[in-house]
Amino acid sequence: MRTLTYVAALNEALHQAMAEDDSVMVLGENIRNGVRAETRGLDERFAPGRVLDMPISEAAFTGFANGAAMAGLRPVVEFQVASLIFPAFDQIVNQAAKLRLMLGGQGRLPVTFFLMGAGAGGGRAGQHSDNPYPFLMHAGVKTVIPATPEDAKGLLLAAIFEDDPVALVAPANLLGEESEVPEEAYRTPLAHGVRRREGRDVTICAVGHLVPAALAAAERLASAGMEAEVWDPRSLLPFDKAGLAASVAKTGRLVVADDSGRTCGFAAEVSSLMAERCFEFLKAPIKRVTRADVTISYSTPIEAAALPGDEEIEGAVRAVMGHTEPAPGSTPVHG
Amino acid sequence: MSETGDPLEWYRRMQRLRRFEARAAALVESGEIVGAVHEYTGEEAVAVGVCAALREDDIITSTHRGHGHILAKGGEPRRMFAELLGRESGYNRGRGGSMHIADFSRGIYGANGIVGAGAPMACGAAHAFRTRAEDRVAVPFFGDGAMNQGVLLESFNLAVLLSLPVVFVCENNGIAITSSTEEMTPGGVAPRAAGFGLPSRSVDGMDVRAVHEAATTAVRRARAGGGPSFIECRTVRYSVHNIAAGALPRESRSEAFMEAARRRDPIERLAGELDRERGWRQGERTEIDENVEGELDAAVEFARAGRRPDAKTALDFMYAATYPDFPARGWEP
Repeated sequence: MRTLTYVAALNEALHQAMAEDDSVMVLGENIRNGVRAETRGLDERFAPGRVLDMPISEAAFTGFANGAAMAGLRPVVEFQVASLIFPAFDQIVNQAAKLRLMLGGQGRLPVTFFLMGAGAGGGRAGQHSDNPYPFLMHAGVKTVIPATPEDAKGLLLAAIFEDDPVALVAPANLLGEESEVPEEAYRTPLAHGVRRREGRDVTICAVGHLVPAALAAAERLASAGMEAEVWDPRSLLPFDKAGLAASVAKTGRLVVADDSGRTCGFAAEVSSLMAERCFEFLKAPIKRVTRADVTISYSTPIEAAALPGDEEIEGAVRAVMGHTEPAPGSTPVHG
Repeated sequence: MSETGDPLEWYRRMQRLRRFEARAAALVESGEIVGAVHEYTGEEAVAVGVCAALREDDIITSTHRGHGHILAKGGEPRRMFAELLGRESGYNRGRGGSMHIADFSRGIYGANGIVGAGAPMACGAAHAFRTRAEDRVAVPFFGDGAMNQGVLLESFNLAVLLSLPVVFVCENNGIAITSSTEEMTPGGVAPRAAGFGLPSRSVDGMDVRAVHEAATTAVRRARAGGGPSFIECRTVRYSVHNIAAGALPRESRSEAFMEAARRRDPIERLAGELDRERGWRQGERTEIDENVEGELDAAVEFARAGRRPDAKTALDFMYAATYPDFPARGWEP
C-alpha cells in the first residue's frame, strides 16, 4: 500500500469529500496558500465559493459556517492553530453545540471544526500550545483526534459527513508522520476505539501524539517483563466506553495519557468512567498522565517539564504495576 | 408571511404583534410562562415593514426580543404560545422558550439569546443561497447594543468582502437594558456601518412606510446581486428590558420620554394615515382588531391544551446521530 503523511492524508480527505458532495466547502484563514499543505489544490479543483479565504475573524467565519450548514451546506472551518477556537467560542459552544436541542430538532448543523496544529512543543509558548478538546467535550461537541495518517483521513471524512458539529483535532507533533493510507474514500466510525498493541498486564489509554509515546513506553516495559495494552480512543466524544472497559476488565490496570489540563481534563473523565464501570476488576488505582495545570512556557526545559511524554507514561505504568515508584524528580509536576 | 405592499395588511400585522405581546405579558403575570419575555411592543413597524419586503423563502435571524420578527415572518401564534408555555406542540417542542423560537419552513433561522450572534449565521446562509444560484436574501435583525459586538462588525466586513445578499437591520431603540445608545456607541450607528462600505440608511422606525421603503430598496439590491446593505430603524421599546414572574421591572427612562414616544406610536400613526388617505369604514378597524384578538385567544387555548414534554425525552434532539450511552445521562440508574 502507498504511504502518506498525516497532512497529505487530511488533504486527500478534503479532496475526496468535496468531489463526492457539492455541499462540502472549506473555509478559514489562508486556505488557498496554506502555511501547511492540508488544503493544497482545493482552490484549483473546485468552484471559488466552495474554497473561501476568510479575514482574521474567527467568531464571524465560524458563525458563517453554522449559518451555511443551516442552509444546507457541509462546511469545514479550519483553525490554523487549535487555540484559535477561543475567539470563536460562542459560535462553537453556545450556538453550534446547542442549537439542535434548543430548536427542538429543527435544522441540521453538519459543520466540521478542523483544529490544525494542536498541542505544544518547539517553543510555541502560551497561546499556541493548547489541546483544547476538553472544553469542546464539556460543551457537548463531538470530538475526534486521529493518531495516524490512516485515521486522519477516515475520521475527517466521517466528521464531514456526520449530521452534527464535529471537531477534528490534528496534533502538531503528528503532522509529518507517514504511514500506509488506503486510496479509496472511507469513514472511520465515531465511538470506536482501537487497540494499537496487545498486552495482558495494564491498559494505557493514550490520546493523539501520546499514542506513539505510549507504544514507545510499552516496548521498553516489555523488555522489563510488563505487557502493556495500548488503546487509542480516536473519538473522545462519543467515547467507546465498552471498548476501553473490556480492555481494563482484562488487564485490571489503567493508565490514561492525555496532553491536556489535569483538572477536569479528558484523563479525569476517563478515569472516573472506568472507576465506575470496572472497579471490581481493578488491581491498582488508576493513574493519569497529563499536562501540568500551568500555562505552557516558551523556554525548552520548563516547557518540557510541564508536558507528558513516553517517560512519564512508563513511570506511571511501573507505579500501577507496583514494581517501582516513579524515580524522584522524573514526574515532578504530574503528581 | 407573504410579501405585501398593502398598508391595511401592515396594520393587521402590527396589531397582531402588539396584542400577542399583551397576552404574553399576561401569561408571565399568571405564572404560566416560566422564563423571561422581552416584549417587542413599540417596535412593530420595524419587523412588519422589513418582513413585508421579504419572500417566504428569504430568511431572517432574530434576537432575544424576537416575537415580533417571528410573527412578521409568518410564525404561527399558536405554536409560539405553545413554545412560551413549554409545550410539545411549540415550535421548539418546549426546548427553547421565548428566546429561541425558530421555524425553518418559514425562513426563521431562530431567535438568539446572544447579542449579535445571528448575524454571521445569516451571512453563511446567504452564501449557501448564492452557491446554489438561488436569489434568496438573508436578513439579520439586531439591536443597537449589538453594534458594540465584535462578531457583528466582523460580519459587516464578511458581507462586504463576499458581496453577500444580506440586509442588516439594526433596531435602535436607544437603550441596551438600561445603558443609553448615545453613551455606549460613540459616533452613532449608521456611520459605523457605513465605515465598512455598507450602503447605510437611517429611517424612522416608528413609520412602517419608511421602513418598508428602505427594506424594499435594500432587498431588491441584494436579490439582484448588488450586495449587502444596512438599515438603522430608530424606534422605542415601550416595555422594560424584560419581564419575568417575580422579577422587579427596571425602567431607567423618564415618564416624559415615554409619553413622547407613545405619541409617535407606529400603529396609531398608520391608522391615522389610513384614515386621511382612504377613510375607515364604520367598524372596519374594530373588526380587524377583533379578528386578531379572536385568533390570538384561540392560539392561547391551543397552547394551553398542549401536553408538556415527557420527562423521558430530556436527552432527545441533542444530536442528529446518537451512539450507545450517548449523550450521557447525569447519573447511572
